[in-house]
Amino acid sequence: MDRKLVKQRSDYKWLLERSGKMRVDGIIYASEALIAEMDNKVAEQIRNVASLPGIVAASFAMPDAHWGYGFCIGGVGAFDPGQDGIISAGGVGFDIACGVRTLHTGLKLKDIEHRKADIADKLFGRIPAGVGSTGKLKLTPQKLDEVLTGGAVWAVEQGFGIPRDLRFIESGGRMRGADPAYVSKEAKKRQEEEMGTLGSGNHYLEVQQVIEIYDEPVAKAFGIELGDIKISIHCGSRGLGHQIGTDYLKQMTLAAKSAGLELPERELACAPLDSQVGRSYLSAMRSGINCALANRQILTHLVREAMAEILPQADIQLLYDVSHNTCQEEEHSIDGKKKKVFVHRKGATRAFGPGSPDLPEEYRTIGQPVLIGGTMGTASYILVGGPQSESLSLGSSCHGAGRQMSRTAATKQWHGKDVARKLEQQGILIRSASVRGLAEEAPGAYKDVSEVVEVSHAAGLATKVAKLVPLICVKG
Amino acid sequence: MWEHFHHLADIGVRGTAATIEEAFEDAAFALMAVICDPGKVVPKTAVEIRCDAPEPDILLADWLNALIYEMDVRKMLFSKFRVHIDGETLSAVAWGEKADPARHQTAVEVKAATYMELKVVKTSDGQWIAQCVVDV
Repeated sequence: MDRKLVKQRSDYKWLLERSGKMRVDGIIYASEALIAEMDNKVAEQIRNVASLPGIVAASFAMPDAHWGYGFCIGGVGAFDPGQDGIISAGGVGFDIACGVRTLHTGLKLKDIEHRKADIADKLFGRIPAGVGSTGKLKLTPQKLDEVLTGGAVWAVEQGFGIPRDLRFIESGGRMRGADPAYVSKEAKKRQEEEMGTLGSGNHYLEVQQVIEIYDEPVAKAFGIELGDIKISIHCGSRGLGHQIGTDYLKQMTLAAKSAGLELPERELACAPLDSQVGRSYLSAMRSGINCALANRQILTHLVREAMAEILPQADIQLLYDVSHNTCQEEEHSIDGKKKKVFVHRKGATRAFGPGSPDLPEEYRTIGQPVLIGGTMGTASYILVGGPQSESLSLGSSCHGAGRQMSRTAATKQWHGKDVARKLEQQGILIRSASVRGLAEEAPGAYKDVSEVVEVSHAAGLATKVAKLVPLICVKG
Repeated sequence: MWEHFHHLADIGVRGTAATIEEAFEDAAFALMAVICDPGKVVPKTAVEIRCDAPEPDILLADWLNALIYEMDVRKMLFSKFRVHIDGETLSAVAWGEKADPARHQTAVEVKAATYMELKVVKTSDGQWIAQCVVDV
């Protein structure tokens, strides 16, 4: 990024001063190295979001910010309905509530290392993944509506999990205010056979080992020990979420014209929260969140079934589930007053600090787990929401490193089979439906997530708890 | 002519042709090439598509999103297209077959055609360009 676009305020805080049509400042949390890597478009998008009606606090960007659709990926913006605030489909994205869920297994490396290939094959055989994959559930329209209002709560009621799981998911596993009447029939049609599927691209299911602990007391509270085997799932709301994004992007774009809303770029299509389109999108987006929560809950059930068949001593319990493409109604302190605002986190993770009532009792004095995924060949991290995250970023943090190489360039650089072979030599077993997909997802195509995590830690957004490395990776 | 253009996190699809309809067909081919090798897809089953939009570029996004929808619900891939545009209405036929990940070497699902870099223009040399970035 051109250094003239920002002013450095501290080691990790960069300011885009309010000017022109901006209603608030822009704030980027990054190191010098990350700022240098960011494209100028990130600054432009931060400024564009800052100019939208009803924005409060600031237009934020997290350490992993890169060029997105309307909002930058890693963008955070909160809007006050009392100040004609808006809601933006671009501020949530097409994969509504894409997120990460991490599971305890009760196992150590010695329990699995002689069975790694069997575990990899079992999980790959059990978890539907890739283009055209279908889940075991075929839902009637009525059942799908129950998913869209019930989320993970619905899934547990159907036998896909245990009640304890729900306490370790944001919003208790169910987003209130969802209304499937505002989800199109096309979106529902796309989801009929997709419940309990992983998807493709950068989605994955990984068996991981904890190789480093940075904060012993917090790790203990989260149930993490050195050497633990964990399982992490990264996926979202599948075809239903994608279609909701598509439907409402068009509606908001066309409605913006007639409402006299000047959009700096079309992907920033938005609508007043107090408008028919705004209310409709909110209801539909919340349905999308429930779809994603139910999807990850069903996948958890499939993992439990698979592991029970191969390692009956495994005890799969939920550590936590986070979403990183959402708009949530939350109470925050804005200019010294408590206010209910609508917080868009686009490729950014909620990172509530200690004391938040939404956290389960076990974590309430500690802070929220923040789950940051790596690539197939690199580490993932577990962080904890910092006590300052509320004042720094409305309780937000990064979500993972972005790409440093396009998909086309990656397929020219690597062949999928070589990527898998090289990772296997490092002890990481890959199971994927797509050889070409593996090349596109090669570790070298992504930036280094550890720098992003270090900055989140140093800036106080979310601090490091543990580092995990992949042992088995299932990809679509 | 179809091509992909660079976009860091995702990928751009572009069709360039003598008519707007052919440019839309080529953009659709470029979309398929994101997902698989379209040359391996046998165009044996026809699917009719119709969409309406007040502007040609939104019509392009709608066309590509309609294809994404049909691929998702029918579990199909497409390799041949015939597009007709009359004012704000597009009517088309897409030909393809059921997706076979092993034979078609499918790489990735496309979530949606976005409005990023969305453009339908006629250049000074009379060529039509139809393009956008697709979210994978």
